[in-house]
Amino acid sequence: MKRRKFLLSILGLGVAAAGLQLKVKSSKSTKPAYLFFVDVTKCIGCGRCVIACKIENDVPLEPIYFRTWIERYTWLKDGELKVDSPNGGFGGFETEITEILEKDEIEKSYFVPKLCNQCEEPPCVQVCPVGATFKTEDGVVLVDEKYCIGCRYCIQACPYGARYIYPSSGPVKSRVGTADKCTWCYHRIRKGLEPACVKVCPTGARQFIFLDSEDQDSAYKTKLQKIKQLKGLRTLKPEMGTKPKVLYYGIDSDVR
Amino acid sequence: MNFEGFIYPNEAEIYWSVLIAVYPYITGLVAGAFIVASLLRVFNVAKLRPVYRLSLLTALAFLLTAPLPLVAHLGHPERAFEIMFTPHSSSAMAGFGFIYAWYLLVVLLLEIYYDYRKDIVSWASRVSQSVIKGFIYRILTLGDRDVSEEAVESDEKVVYWITVIGLPSAAFLHGYVGFIFGSVKANPWWSSPLTPIIFLFSAMVSGIALVMMIYVFGSKLRGKKPDAACVDTLASYLLYSYILDLSLEFVELTHIFYAAEEGTELIARLIVDKLFLTFVGIQMVAGALIPILLIVLTKLFKPKMQTAIFTLASILTLIGVFAMRWNVVIGGQILSKTLRGFSSYSMPVFGAESLTLALGILALPFVILYILSWLLPPWEAES
Repeated sequence: MKRRKFLLSILGLGVAAAGLQLKVKSSKSTKPAYLFFVDVTKCIGCGRCVIACKIENDVPLEPIYFRTWIERYTWLKDGELKVDSPNGGFGGFETEITEILEKDEIEKSYFVPKLCNQCEEPPCVQVCPVGATFKTEDGVVLVDEKYCIGCRYCIQACPYGARYIYPSSGPVKSRVGTADKCTWCYHRIRKGLEPACVKVCPTGARQFIFLDSEDQDSAYKTKLQKIKQLKGLRTLKPEMGTKPKVLYYGIDSDVR
Repeated sequence: MNFEGFIYPNEAEIYWSVLIAVYPYITGLVAGAFIVASLLRVFNVAKLRPVYRLSLLTALAFLLTAPLPLVAHLGHPERAFEIMFTPHSSSAMAGFGFIYAWYLLVVLLLEIYYDYRKDIVSWASRVSQSVIKGFIYRILTLGDRDVSEEAVESDEKVVYWITVIGLPSAAFLHGYVGFIFGSVKANPWWSSPLTPIIFLFSAMVSGIALVMMIYVFGSKLRGKKPDAACVDTLASYLLYSYILDLSLEFVELTHIFYAAEEGTELIARLIVDKLFLTFVGIQMVAGALIPILLIVLTKLFKPKMQTAIFTLASILTLIGVFAMRWNVVIGGQILSKTLRGFSSYSMPVFGAESLTLALGILALPFVILYILSWLLPPWEAES
């Protein structure tokens, strides 16, 4: 009996130590410098953002690889919810919702643009075994394609389906076999330029805020003020504890 | 692309293939086989002596194979060692290299060395054998040819303590693999604190079944009769671990459906529709209930074919536990994180991450075991 207790206590101690180690390491924090705002009441589902993103970031054109995509949520009068995203909304939705469903059975319908949430507590960063995916000082989650081993654990860990493995059919050979995801166009925002998807959005459904905007256009401050006053701002899957930095306006809690 | 309902566009590809189902299967077999060895060493189950060395070699053969499915599925296999050289300490997966190395170097190789040392010394000085074999034995003595009574006694002590350390290590090796899945909060089919423990007990189940199967067939191949008492004892322990394993699975499923959180309906459909064959059919019925019945009935009525029936039960068990790994790994991925649909997985027969490769990797430990048992015969000296 003594022996068994000894074994159990060793095991217990080991597990506790490992747990503590994981906890300590994952609580390192950075100061977010950017915010992404999506106003779904303005999105018309034209899909220009998806095209712009694929071109700007060399995302493979196949319909199963996206850094950003658009989902269409439609509620029927009987309460049923239908969601679709044909080709991720690339270049718009070919079929109007009224072509799929009878007009009088539709309660409401809107488009929800999706992209990486650049979580403050990113599970993808936590699980990366080599630290190839990391959070920058200004709060953006990136992947080092020269370092990623392609284990795909980050893809499993992301609750939002924001990641994929860059296929050999893609144009950037150095990225093949590594995890790829939206960077909020890090190469642009570092220069004070807005992400490609925001730039091409014709209705202002996608908006980008530079939080440290002292040397930036102070319009961002007024924009932020306005956003903060909006009622019903939501993030996706808040129950995951990931603290997303993409804020949505006009979505229902069913959107995830 | 074959999917149902709504899935995130990036989910159309299944990112962890059959190889990732093979990986926890193999580490489970390692842990389970080692636990069989420790039943004799630490818990003094003397009837298991005939399979003691066999279970150690089995654990080693499978452990040597364990990294293969992982490396084979990496997008950049040439960077595999980064996991050990530059581990990211918050990642559960980064523990792999250390736990693996610890288990291989500190536990298994040491235990096998000290357990065999006396025999290796005597084999090294044997004349009637090939030059190569004698040469290998002389290296394997590691220069220590002292086989005095005290030396052998101290070997025994060392082996005992390695096993004592090895037992929690085995539990950790496989429990940690369970944690890799259990800690993924994004996935309702994986995310559970019970996952590591269920993995552990199913590992015991599979390891005991594996040792039993190899022992019985190994004996037949050598034209010997397997020791009935030993097989009977293995069957008993198989039954005990089954009871623990199934109770935990039952608790897990009851919790899912009683708590009925978001996504429960989808999990129900996953079980009764998408995974019906592999979960209900193979994992639960053919791979658990039937072997349990076979063991219980055989123990009650003691028919003549006892060993054969136990062996059949062990083969069914091995299939059932593989189905469990499959259901976790593949099932967890076809369940979409939108909680509104399913993607699908079709396993290629040839090529990278294919059925053939998986079968090849699963066959490899038997080849290694064959070589190991040629070099270090695990069978008790027979008179």
